[in-house]
Amino acid sequence: MDELNQSFKPKPTVAFRRKKTTDRLLAPSVETRQEWGGKLVSCLAILLIGGLVVTLFAFLINKGLALFTTDKFSLGAFLTSTDWRPSHHHYGALPMIATSFAVTVLAGVLALPLALVSAIAITELLPNWVYRVLQPVIELLVGIPSVVYGYVGLTVIVPQLGRMFGGTGFGILAATCVLFLMILPTMTSMTIDNLRQVPQQYRLASAGLGATRWQTISRVVVPSAKSGILTAMVFGMARAFGEALAVQMVIGNAAIMPTCLLSSSATLTSVLTTGIGNTVMGTASNNALWSLALLLLLMSLAFNLLLRVISRKGVR
Amino acid sequence: MRPEKTDKLATMLILLLAGITGLAVLAFLAYLLVTGLPHVSWHFLLSPAKAFQSGGGIRDQLFNSLYLVVLTMLVSVPLALCAAIYLSEYAVQNRLTAAIRLAVEVLGSLPSVVIGLFGYLVFVLQFGLDFSLLAGALVLTILNLPILTRSFEDALQQVPTLQRQAGLGLGMSKWRVTTKIVLPGALPGIITGMILSAGRVFGEAAALIYTAGQSTPAVDYGNWNPFSPTSFLNPLRPAETLAVHIWKVNSEGLVPDARAVSNGAAAVLIITILLFNLLARLIGYLVKRRFAK
Repeated sequence: MDELNQSFKPKPTVAFRRKKTTDRLLAPSVETRQEWGGKLVSCLAILLIGGLVVTLFAFLINKGLALFTTDKFSLGAFLTSTDWRPSHHHYGALPMIATSFAVTVLAGVLALPLALVSAIAITELLPNWVYRVLQPVIELLVGIPSVVYGYVGLTVIVPQLGRMFGGTGFGILAATCVLFLMILPTMTSMTIDNLRQVPQQYRLASAGLGATRWQTISRVVVPSAKSGILTAMVFGMARAFGEALAVQMVIGNAAIMPTCLLSSSATLTSVLTTGIGNTVMGTASNNALWSLALLLLLMSLAFNLLLRVISRKGVR
Repeated sequence: MRPEKTDKLATMLILLLAGITGLAVLAFLAYLLVTGLPHVSWHFLLSPAKAFQSGGGIRDQLFNSLYLVVLTMLVSVPLALCAAIYLSEYAVQNRLTAAIRLAVEVLGSLPSVVIGLFGYLVFVLQFGLDFSLLAGALVLTILNLPILTRSFEDALQQVPTLQRQAGLGLGMSKWRVTTKIVLPGALPGIITGMILSAGRVFGEAAALIYTAGQSTPAVDYGNWNPFSPTSFLNPLRPAETLAVHIWKVNSEGLVPDARAVSNGAAAVLIITILLFNLLARLIGYLVKRRFAK
């Protein structure tokens, strides 16, 4: 007992003896100082992230505009000309823009119905254990690096397309297939989440009115998850638009206006990956690549904006 | 047509399409494992890659990938944790907070190739780091920060408000409540988020080809001094990761057994990602069981 009392006795500290009692009471406590320190550190961290985003935009905008300011290339020609020959100082980016949009839209349009159908089958038709078995598989597929998708495209899809339609097989169709495979798991898992969020009462009420299962799915469940499903599609398309290596491996890399689905072409990302290492920093052909990067940045902002608009409509 | 008939038809059609999709995706997975696993051996995992001959392994690439994950986590976890604490515990609802949230979200939606180019411009050229592990880790940090911040914030938000109030009622400061009550409660979510993002970092390639580089110098695995240029721990040496290796081997076509090497490397990548996912699940499961008691 004596020992216990001993340990509870407040130790007279140096500060206690030197400072007056009022000073000590008015000074911030250890707790307060810790609070300030913690708040400061967390505030700095968030400011660092904010500063990073600002720096990133500043650098890329600065670099991306150099083609138009220092090299005096016209913005109109950059966006509308189909002639991309950096060696001849022709920097028309339209072929890449068109190809990027083509592969993205095709992959999105192809993946949406299949993702939707798979999600409906898993959440509405099949027993719950199927979902529990498939969820880890879908998670794994979402996590597979895009290079692996590109590699399978290169070794399986491209030769197969070549055999089926003749030619090399490289081109928009091959890229579409790869991107479709790549975004399908992401879109399916997002759609599943959205369908599961539809309240169970909706389904019960619909069944209580005598609706069949298909009527419930098509008129109650899917319409009430509509904005979420759209979000999944745009999210998948945004990922497809920004994908670089998987596309670069199968698209053939010829910066010409695409004429058919099976001709070699190039996207914004594929030109960037092949070009940056082959040009000298500060030259016009290098600046043109940075302009493509800026275009990519602006497009991903546009996708972000679109996602916000869709989800805001869904809340209403 | 009668509704019952439509129902049956639609159900069958949906199951058929979903079945085909599922089979196609499973075939994709099976193809990767069946073609890849026969090439995976201790020799493949532990011997260095060869530039022009067949029979090369992936020792350096595998190590680089793992080392890069560690370096990235060292930088990004503390930063993301502090940022998440700010957003979850301190942020008030105002325009500044909304702007910061927007910035984090925009950063998370940028294509990795754009972030890689930014890293090339700033870390490789401006800071003079050249192609190095450090530049790669910093770029991956930028890529990782938004994901980590979001998952950490979610984990912190899962802790009930009542627990915070109990702590505050005892006279604890907000910081102490955060570190002593909220963080331990959110730890499982934080660990799960870390592991899942580690999987993404492990497979990233587009952001690395112009930051961590596409080559690996000969390194000495016995040299533990991180400042020695030949040490395997030196963060300033260029380092090709596993995912970059798959891309490079296939786009250059200098190695005669590119197919075998990339099949094996792809299988190793997938299995590692699978392990990451399973680990995250296991931790979630264990913690759930502990809380249920």
